[in-house]
Amino acid sequence: MWRAGLVFGALIWFVSLAGLVEALHARWVVDGVVSAGQVLLWGVVVASGWVGARRAPGALVSRLGWGLFSGATAGFCLGLLAWLGGQVDLRSVFINASPVLFQLLSAGLQPPQAWLAAVLAGSVLGLVGAAGAVAPKGLVRPLLAGLGAGVSLGMFQELVLLVLQPEGLAAVREWLFVASGGPTAHGVGAVALASAAAAALRPALSAGGRTVGLSFRAGRVLWIVVGIALLALLPVAGGPFVAQVLVLVGLYTLMGLGLNLEVGLAGLLDLGFVAFFAIGAYTVGLLTSVGQHGIAHWSFWAAVPVAVLVSLVAGVILGIPVLGIRGDYLAIATLGFGEIVRLLVLSDALRPWLGGSQGVLSIPKPVLGGWELSGPQHLYYLTVVASAVVAYVAWRLQESRLGRAWMAIREDEDVAEALGINLVSVKLLAYGLGAAFAGVGGAIFAVMVGSVFPHSFQLLISIQVLALIIVGGMGSIPGVVVGSAVLIGLPELLREFGEFRFLVYGAALVAMMLLRPEGLLPAAAQRRELHAEESGSALQPWAVGAGGGA
Amino acid sequence: MRKTRVIWAVLVAMVVAVTSWAATYAAPVRMGPVTDEWGVVRVARGQPITIAYWLVVAGPDASLGVDSRRGIEIAIDDKKTVAGHPIRLIGEDSGCNAEGGTTAATKLAANRQIVAAIGSSCSSEAVPGAPILCKQGIVTVSPSNTAPKLTDPKRGPEYACYLRTAHNDLVQGRAAAQFAYHQLGVRRAATIHDGSPYAEGLANVFADVFKRLGGTITSQEAIQPTDTDMRPVLTRIAAGRPQLIYYPIFIAAGGHITRQAKEVSGLENVKLMSADGTFSPDFWKAAGEAARGMYHSSPDLSVEALGPKYQQFLDKHQKKYGEKPLSAFHAHAYDAAMMIFTAIEKVARKDAQGNTYIGRKALRDALFATRNFPGITGTLTCNPYGDCADPKIAVYQTISADPAKWSPGVDPKKIWSMKR
Amino acid sequence: MATATLQRPRAPRWSFVDAFLWAFRLVVVVVVAWGTVGTLRLGRYTGEQWLDFFVFGLAQGGIYALIALGYTMVYGILRMINFAHGEVFMSGAYTAYFVAAPLATSGFLNRHPLLSLSLLVAVAAVVSLSVAVLVERVAYRPLRRAPRLVPLITAIGASFFLQYAFRGLFGSGFKAYPEFELFKGQWEVFGVGILRTQAVVLASAAVLMFALYQFVMRTKVGKAMRAVSEDKDAAALMGIDVDRIIVLTFAIGGAAAGAAGILYALVFKQVHFFMGFVPGIKAFTSAVLGGIGNIPGAMLGGLFLGVVESVGPALFLDGLGIVAPYQLKDVIAFTMLVMVLIFRPQGILGERLAAKRA
Repeated sequence: MWRAGLVFGALIWFVSLAGLVEALHARWVVDGVVSAGQVLLWGVVVASGWVGARRAPGALVSRLGWGLFSGATAGFCLGLLAWLGGQVDLRSVFINASPVLFQLLSAGLQPPQAWLAAVLAGSVLGLVGAAGAVAPKGLVRPLLAGLGAGVSLGMFQELVLLVLQPEGLAAVREWLFVASGGPTAHGVGAVALASAAAAALRPALSAGGRTVGLSFRAGRVLWIVVGIALLALLPVAGGPFVAQVLVLVGLYTLMGLGLNLEVGLAGLLDLGFVAFFAIGAYTVGLLTSVGQHGIAHWSFWAAVPVAVLVSLVAGVILGIPVLGIRGDYLAIATLGFGEIVRLLVLSDALRPWLGGSQGVLSIPKPVLGGWELSGPQHLYYLTVVASAVVAYVAWRLQESRLGRAWMAIREDEDVAEALGINLVSVKLLAYGLGAAFAGVGGAIFAVMVGSVFPHSFQLLISIQVLALIIVGGMGSIPGVVVGSAVLIGLPELLREFGEFRFLVYGAALVAMMLLRPEGLLPAAAQRRELHAEESGSALQPWAVGAGGGA
Repeated sequence: MRKTRVIWAVLVAMVVAVTSWAATYAAPVRMGPVTDEWGVVRVARGQPITIAYWLVVAGPDASLGVDSRRGIEIAIDDKKTVAGHPIRLIGEDSGCNAEGGTTAATKLAANRQIVAAIGSSCSSEAVPGAPILCKQGIVTVSPSNTAPKLTDPKRGPEYACYLRTAHNDLVQGRAAAQFAYHQLGVRRAATIHDGSPYAEGLANVFADVFKRLGGTITSQEAIQPTDTDMRPVLTRIAAGRPQLIYYPIFIAAGGHITRQAKEVSGLENVKLMSADGTFSPDFWKAAGEAARGMYHSSPDLSVEALGPKYQQFLDKHQKKYGEKPLSAFHAHAYDAAMMIFTAIEKVARKDAQGNTYIGRKALRDALFATRNFPGITGTLTCNPYGDCADPKIAVYQTISADPAKWSPGVDPKKIWSMKR
Repeated sequence: MATATLQRPRAPRWSFVDAFLWAFRLVVVVVVAWGTVGTLRLGRYTGEQWLDFFVFGLAQGGIYALIALGYTMVYGILRMINFAHGEVFMSGAYTAYFVAAPLATSGFLNRHPLLSLSLLVAVAAVVSLSVAVLVERVAYRPLRRAPRLVPLITAIGASFFLQYAFRGLFGSGFKAYPEFELFKGQWEVFGVGILRTQAVVLASAAVLMFALYQFVMRTKVGKAMRAVSEDKDAAALMGIDVDRIIVLTFAIGGAAAGAAGILYALVFKQVHFFMGFVPGIKAFTSAVLGGIGNIPGAMLGGLFLGVVESVGPALFLDGLGIVAPYQLKDVIAFTMLVMVLIFRPQGILGERLAAKRA
């Protein structure tokens, strides 16, 4: 308990010196009043109080006391940093230890007063956090929802402004935001209030719905219809940028669905999945390009089946050498394949055919019935349709005999073989079909960018695809969509903080896995198994390559 | 039964969406006193004129984009107002890759307040990105794209809004080859690139011109930018016994090559030459004493060549950011911004209330019509394909390799400049 | 590749795969042999240059081996890929720079080079050790019973986090390590000139490998480690504190990575936040090549990989008339990896037993 304050104090040091606080300070949450950087600092102190109180045993007063103490400790650490910044030149080592940062940390006060103020403010905020920890959930939840919505409005203000661009919405825009600045106080207040009210009323609403007689099934149909309408209208309301981000989410969904067959169902760990994405993209690029490297000048629609086929064959061919390789050996071998493909398309040796680092240019946009699908808003629908078709195929595969065979080899190859499953063909089908799905994604990617460069096919993409299917919940198709929305969509929407993207991404990956090891939307079977595992059953944790026997 | 209903719902929703979207697409061509084919930006009285950058300001190549952004910021400080309006600079990181360029350009294209853009940093961003901006009628001027294809006469109408103040690689590669052949008297040379479009293009231009002059290219090698052990590839180069190695790559890998070249037997006396990608004090840190005596081709950033305006720029830069420029394209960015401001003032029209209207096509035409514009990097004149640079390429030789003594012109010393 | 052998889908069960694999091996061997003969007939390189290729490869392999040792130790105990190991390596070298720089400016570094070097190694080892233990505590220990891919994802997350934390704290540029006058130039070993830095790297790798091997095989703690690696639950029943042994493994692996970081800095001079990523992957490859979990295997795998990367492009590709062969050195390295795994799925020195279970 006493450690909570110190741990959060260290966290304050870290976020300050790593530049996060100052970067967020440039963003108003309430224009002229509170910046996102300040929200972050205070939030950490409040969290220390919350954790301090949660960890502490005993009566209400003692828990509040521990919360206050944790907050005070965190505030002390903050004050120490502010004081230290005035005494020594930290900037020669920590490049983000700028005068602006220390101005912010000390709130413009002189060192001794600033330190004292930090401890006092820390105590108060810690007490607030502790109060949050001991208060009933019904009270805390709406408060948190309101706060979250208010801060989100500030964080995503560029996006909200883009959506509010049409002249018809000028009144809303001007009410919510100061001209070319942050959100207004009343705007944030209204949004926070609305969100808090919704959170508070939610249990009542859903209970009400039940009494009115909306059956479970009718509710589901309603949700599906609302979901589809939202999906169809999102790019219209959000404009081309939102559509562009959604296209990226769709492309990663396509790759995720493919990798899900390999890793999620068949248990074959693949760290080189980007290879098939690249093969799909290059096939379409070479077949349709009207530039130097185009070989056929086909239309997009003629090239896509070929791209899918080529990816499928490539998946099978790359699958054969690694058939006998299991577990982590498989991970590094497939990682090697991904790199080999990238290096080959980049190489000077193949430049006369593949363009080398200058890429394949002048890939025309798909034309549908005399209508060119040019901007991201058009391609969005193409991506949604492709994802829906692929998801449907994946779903049918999962429920099929083949899908069950995959799950069987995932659990235990030897037993599966004994049951009469042809390991070779089943594994090769997993590689081939997974690769084909990624090929669809690559084909759309090629027309989206209009050119294909080797630099777009880094190892990082394979890693992100693997991360998204596991964060989404392995073996679960909705999980893939959710995973790619969270891990690809959110960071894209926060592009302005590009420098901190992977810092937060890394921390979020760890945190998500610690909080929900089964993923956000796990497949039912997996959830069952994981919980059986927790309750100490003798079940082996199902895993790639049967867990290495550890 | 239920499935079919869902499918119908999807189809109907899509048709609704697409038609409603198509309806909003028709852009007004007439607004206030201005009629323009590509649309008009209205800036209300007292409101700022919005200029956007799309440069690589994060990630491993950030110094390139930040350098350019600072050039723009100084130009804004100098200019203060355009057509009576303050200037607001917004921007996006473009990541130095094609997807980053696409996303950044899409985000800028969605913002109807943007009058003009400055970017991109890397040529691979501009290839997909520029057409996205062009489609929305936003003109963009790049301070650092050097790939020849972007301003090639065959570049196609989708690049009609793209210009650049950076020199074309054809110019730098040719200058480097001429210097090596005529000035150094070298007859055998090898090249190395790192797989980036910039380095590959430059190395190839160098090799072509060098061969045309009568020299021999002993080998054309390539490495990965993340490689650290260059000795094997240098040993391969040594087998061809070149007199000079030209490696127009970036700082990290360039530093390794410079350090390790002297350790490879057969290359003890070979001359080393790099380009503007490594023309920075950081390179001296990376290469250490091994950099002494090596050559760089780079835009001529000496005060003698550029005149007192450049010195004033450097003073402002030092005062504002507390350090020397990070890369070689700050002055080009400054010129790009100034060119845009001048063109805006040429085409901006005011109504009775003092609101300003800027026609997008008119602005584009005004920029392409730039003639004898007095910039820091020279006197800029744009050709019909968007090349506006007044290329001054010089070759520098490193004397001390001490980063504290970095002062282009003196050390590294300017020893040759391209005749025009 | 030999797609022509992909025939007759109705063929008996293993045959077409076997045929394909044999064809694959044959193609690789023929290409390698053809290229080698071609290169040698070209006579482009002198014998001395071949020796140079080999020595440079060994030295680079020594670096891979140093990092791979830590990788393989953690894997041997936990059967998990510690993807963040490359960042553990980076953190030590990067932090020790802030000690090395003042040492160099004060002149202490070159007055007492060995003392300074020991100090730097100590600093780097302590930092790397702390980072490794911290990562284990935060990202791996709570997931010890989770499915196997979950800790892999937290490891990837930790890897990103560490990279960008260092970037945020110390900047995205690189830092240049000072020059040790002592290690400038070459030594003659058996008539072969070898750069002093490279000799130091090779010798340290050998010493470290020997020490680790002896530690694991001879000491009581080492025995406990092997027991935990065999069966955690049984080891716990035998009175072994499993958590302590795992922390200790991470600590030793981390300290070794820190030392490796200093040696890397000695050879290559530049340190930056991304420096651990590529060597980390290469070290992982080395560990797999040698038989993951096997300490001498990691050493052997590292040296093999280094030599293949250095000699391979010149030897195999030159004769085929491929331009810029060194761009493709990783293609050769990974193809060799796949070849080794096809012939010996458990790696060069891996145990048969491991093949069945891994």
